[in-house]
Amino acid sequence: MILVRKVLPLALLALAVTAPFLLPAFRVELTMLWIMIVLALSWDILGGQMGYNSFGNIVFFGIGVYTATIVQIGLFHDVGEYTAAAGMQTLSFTPTQYFIGLFVGLAAAPLVAAAAAFVLGRALLGLRGHYFAIATLGLGIAAGELAAGWAYIGGSSGVQVPVYPGSLESGRLLLYFLSAGLGVATFAALRRLYATRFGLVLNAIRDDEDKAEALGLRTTRYKTIAWCIAATFLGLAGGIMGHIIGFIDPREVAFAGASYGVWMVLMAILGGKGTLWGPVIGATLFYAMRNLLWTYLFGWQNVAMGLLVVAVVVFFPIGILGWLKRRHPQIFLRGAPATREAP
Amino acid sequence: MDNLLLLFQAPPLALQLLIDGVLIGAVFALAAYGMALVWGVMNIINVCQGEFVILGGYVALHAVRAGVPALLGVPAAAIVLFAVGWIAYRAVIFRVVERDLFISLLATYGLSILLGQLMSLGFGANLESFDPGFGSWFLFDGVVTIAKVKVVAALVTLVIAALLVAFMRRSRLGQAIRATAQNARAARILGVDTDRIYAMTYALNAAICGAAGALVMMIWVIQPFGGLIYTVRSFMIVVLAGLGNLPGVIVAALGLGAAEQFVAFILNPQLQIAFVFSALVVILAFRSWRLRRHRRYLA
Repeated sequence: MILVRKVLPLALLALAVTAPFLLPAFRVELTMLWIMIVLALSWDILGGQMGYNSFGNIVFFGIGVYTATIVQIGLFHDVGEYTAAAGMQTLSFTPTQYFIGLFVGLAAAPLVAAAAAFVLGRALLGLRGHYFAIATLGLGIAAGELAAGWAYIGGSSGVQVPVYPGSLESGRLLLYFLSAGLGVATFAALRRLYATRFGLVLNAIRDDEDKAEALGLRTTRYKTIAWCIAATFLGLAGGIMGHIIGFIDPREVAFAGASYGVWMVLMAILGGKGTLWGPVIGATLFYAMRNLLWTYLFGWQNVAMGLLVVAVVVFFPIGILGWLKRRHPQIFLRGAPATREAP
Repeated sequence: MDNLLLLFQAPPLALQLLIDGVLIGAVFALAAYGMALVWGVMNIINVCQGEFVILGGYVALHAVRAGVPALLGVPAAAIVLFAVGWIAYRAVIFRVVERDLFISLLATYGLSILLGQLMSLGFGANLESFDPGFGSWFLFDGVVTIAKVKVVAALVTLVIAALLVAFMRRSRLGQAIRATAQNARAARILGVDTDRIYAMTYALNAAICGAAGALVMMIWVIQPFGGLIYTVRSFMIVVLAGLGNLPGVIVAALGLGAAEQFVAFILNPQLQIAFVFSALVVILAFRSWRLRRHRRYLA
């Protein structure tokens, strides 16, 4: 067992590093897969560990998408002028400008997203479960509509992301390793986080918020911080996503509540919410399944999506890992406290 | 902002917006009443409320196109949607009624995606509407136009609301529904078949939404993915009014309808959707702030 626990993560890590070279045809898909893993993991911070259903986490993703690109453009050009040109490459970037812009943009994205989460969290996280859920439902769509109405950042016609100056392949590799690095970093950070007292507080809020409050925990503060952490990862994922897609549409790419927004919930629940590996498994399984089977559904893809959400939520809410833990507790329930004998 | 000046220069325009908004708001009140019903009785926030509205609109649209008189589209939609609601309850909702809100929210959210996509496949993704050709009244030398169909829709809403209130107060089933809302366990002990009551409540809510949708189809437009906004409007109205407060629901719905018209006119018609969703966030943020103050007094 110990061998498996030590070797398995290393093997997966090696696989992650070599995957783009082993499967060069699927490089873009693999890059997207890492983004999906980050989305599912960060939804699970609130959705699984804290028991707060958020339909609106896509907001921070979208803020990340826009911030990274707008900062990259704004460092060297006038943003209004760039977006007004609408994809006509009248304003170009030298390679140095591009890379400075890329990294400054990717640094700014999580900061802005986390700041937004702080403000929104202060405003909304005094609400309990279902009120919060519906509020976030409104949030995701409001953000998309507002972005579509703001001409400075391109309005509803979107923004063209600056084009990578090197060869296509090297650009794709760079994006792969950026998103793989983000995925691994998110996983490692959450693993540490859930092991701390902070993680226990999140679980306490999920189990009984009134009791947690009565024990003297300032729950609103913890909830806001948790949302900020989720937003940080989402913002970074969004920043990278803008470069993967190459074009930002306010409703279809940035604030894509109907696709990524639903997927992140589905992936986390499918894999097993409230577990560390669950979102990773769920994201991998869902995204692979989506890419393999989707084309055979002939226009019924989105119907299948809706059916899948209903089916998973109603019949399989514990998820794959939750089911495994129930079936084989001796293998999968490591770290759970053994039943303590009465003193 | 130029339009704001226009409102001051020509006050009848404001009257126009107010009348339009209030007449449309009446239809919102119907959907909100249904949501409050399901929420109060079953403790479920029905996220697919808006999809029921839109589906009702499509049913009525196809009935009217097949030659049914426009106003009979309303009961037709209500009957079909009653069946849809019943099926939805028997297929999905009964499995989540007694479970926590987390599950039921997600399940109805999934239903909402499913219904939206099915409608888009079945009816096409275009905007659709039907003008029954009732004509309009012109006031103030044609500055204010009141489409008669909107007045008719508001009157129909009034009739439906009166029927609903009478049903809930007088009928045996209405009493059983209210009893279940007060205390499901006690109702069960006293011989109420709560499972059947839940099914009836959910189907009744779908029927109310269907009727509302048939009216929306005549006074406005419907679109397969335009459901969520009705869910959000209903939720907002219920939150503003409070559960079980019928006059509150009416006032909030009419107010929301009018506010939307003014915002669309003053800012930009495209911002109307953004306004509705932002208003939801602002209202809930306000609620959160008020709760926090309340807690501070307790501490």
